[in-house]
Amino acid sequence: MHIVSAYDEDLKYLAGRVAAMGGMAERMIENSISALVHNDVPKAQKVIADDEALDEAQREIDDRALSVIARRQPLADDLREIIGSIRISSDLERVGDLGKNIAKRAVAVAMARQPVKFFRGLQSLSELAAAQLKDVLDVYASRDVESLRSVRDRDYEIDAVYTSLFRELLTYMMEDPRNITPCTHLLFCAKNIERMGDHATNIAETIYYVVTAEQLPAERPKQDRSHDVTVEAGD
Amino acid sequence: MSEADRNASSAGPLAPYLARLGEARWVVATAAVAVFAVAFFSPAPWWLIAAAVLAIVAVAALLPRRSRQSRRREAQAQAMLGPVERLSAERLAAAVPDPLILFDQSGRIAHANRPAQTAFGAVQAGVDVRLRFRSPEMQELVRALLVGNVRPSGVDYAERVPVERHYHVNASSVGSGTGLFVLVFKDQSELRRVDRMRADFIANASHELRTPLASISGFVETLRGPARDDPKARDRFLDIMNDQTARMARLIDDLLSLSRLEMKSFIGPDERVDICLLVRGVIDSLTQLAREAGVEIVSDIPEGPIEVPGNRDELIQVFENLLENACKYGQSGKKVEIAVTRDADDQKGGAEITVRDFGPGIPDEHIPRITERFYRVDVEESRAQKGTGLGLAIVKHILSRHNARLTIRSVVGEGAAFTVHLPGV
Ligand SMILES: Nc1ncnc2c1ncn2[C@@H]1O[C@H](COP(=O)(O)OP(=O)(O)OP(=O)(O)O)[C@@H](O)[C@H]1O
Ligand SMILES: [Mg+2]
Repeated sequence: MHIVSAYDEDLKYLAGRVAAMGGMAERMIENSISALVHNDVPKAQKVIADDEALDEAQREIDDRALSVIARRQPLADDLREIIGSIRISSDLERVGDLGKNIAKRAVAVAMARQPVKFFRGLQSLSELAAAQLKDVLDVYASRDVESLRSVRDRDYEIDAVYTSLFRELLTYMMEDPRNITPCTHLLFCAKNIERMGDHATNIAETIYYVVTAEQLPAERPKQDRSHDVTVEAGD
Repeated sequence: MSEADRNASSAGPLAPYLARLGEARWVVATAAVAVFAVAFFSPAPWWLIAAAVLAIVAVAALLPRRSRQSRRREAQAQAMLGPVERLSAERLAAAVPDPLILFDQSGRIAHANRPAQTAFGAVQAGVDVRLRFRSPEMQELVRALLVGNVRPSGVDYAERVPVERHYHVNASSVGSGTGLFVLVFKDQSELRRVDRMRADFIANASHELRTPLASISGFVETLRGPARDDPKARDRFLDIMNDQTARMARLIDDLLSLSRLEMKSFIGPDERVDICLLVRGVIDSLTQLAREAGVEIVSDIPEGPIEVPGNRDELIQVFENLLENACKYGQSGKKVEIAVTRDADDQKGGAEITVRDFGPGIPDEHIPRITERFYRVDVEESRAQKGTGLGLAIVKHILSRHNARLTIRSVVGEGAAFTVHLPGV
């Protein structure tokens, strides 16, 4: 029965390409922040070059997905799977763009002379976003969609850290006008990271829909103003 | 190119039906032969036979493909090993202390040993390794293996969540003709962590020690010069210097303790700890500090025991840090409450510990940040309290190793509550 698997090969190939794109996007988040914090210009340039590969991968997934749809005329859950790969790859491509933007700022400004405290918040924000993306992509592999339910809480946490970081950077700018240029760049970087988190959440929604044919349940009612601090080490 | 591809690519409106017919060609053919055979031996009218054959062909063409789920299940079943291979492969895998993953020619995981499951979570049979290990190097490694291009040297692979780990991954095919491949992950985290710890320590310690050092040398200067003959000023300055050195000593302690925690490789807690007993012990050890701060500790702890898996020393440190913060920063509230309960939401018998103070509380925008290293809401206040900004970072680190959760609630002006949820299993 090799006929069935020819079609399955198509779907498997798509999923594999999406995962590989995910791996590239994860790497870009990591490298762009590290380039920024350590003022590593060659690394920043590598990130900028890597974005090309991500764009290319997205185009390839689009083409492939469309050709599978045309040839196979897939039914419900296969169709969701294929459309899902198109959507996920477009979110991943956006993550890559955001990483590239951070890398460009790393090249533009000599961050080496800036105090460490400028970067601490940014680092912990990027760890949250990277963890979010990793966990979501792990679910793409395992299909254990139940664990996606915490995604919104974590997105909320990322937003909260972003807001706080925004204020912190503003205070540095008010303290000393010389901080204005570097901190403005860092503000944009923080915004980019926050949006990477949003894309991870989009991907979670897509995966949930692909697997269950339902929408990811809306945000839990916020009973009180409590903060679940995600205890993830690594900072 | 396979049969289906050829059928399907001959486009046109009939294409999908032809493809389905192609998929079912054997069934259709067999059914048709059977119908003819039956017809041959029984006196059925010819139109009935024709109708039967037509019906079979029509159903085969119109019947949708099997659902994705059923194919996934089948793939999973395929990925499972036969009984004999499984026995030997799994036993072997179980005997290896490093994470080890076996996968087949289609890239699907056939078996992951226990260390692999602990390290990587969802790596159950049937999952495509390339979906789980996405780094470009791993993608390339698996690809090379599958096309029969085994590289003797492995690649480096890092996981950052929940705890940063680094591996050197070696890959090879299993025997010859088994169609199985193996990935073995050698943990290199310790080496990496030492490197990183050194860099971190230098970056952070130098930065944080500079301020107290500057202030001490300033006072030494003053004591040598203008305040040389002023005994009152001398006493005051010596007091301040004493505080500053205490702070530096503490900073170094905290940094070392954090680094030591990060050094330990990631293995889940092994002993079972009675939380009630442990928290009572922590309260005892901090009564002196509380008394000095003018704070009363009110505890609400059941007889117990409430046992959870955990590391005793690490958990003591968690509650010491939380209780100490409550006494220091919530001093104005004069009272600190600490309550231990069974976690109502956790069927597996987890514990919930809340430390609540009635001090000034923590403004909302700072809450998500205070577990960051060196993060202080009010730097001056924390300095006055000899704080280093590492206490909650240590708490967070320990809790992540326990798979625990920390919830922080605060209303400015009314106090703060830190709740630790420790899972029962
Ligand atoms: N119960 C509390 N009420 C108000 N603010 C708090 C409370 N606990 C912690 N904080 C704030 O959080 C910051 C970080 O606390 P953390 O315990 O990490 O550091 P620290 O107390 O300054 O130093 P260390 O514990 O290492 O001596 C503190 O500086 C303080 O501003
Ligand atoms: Mg403290």
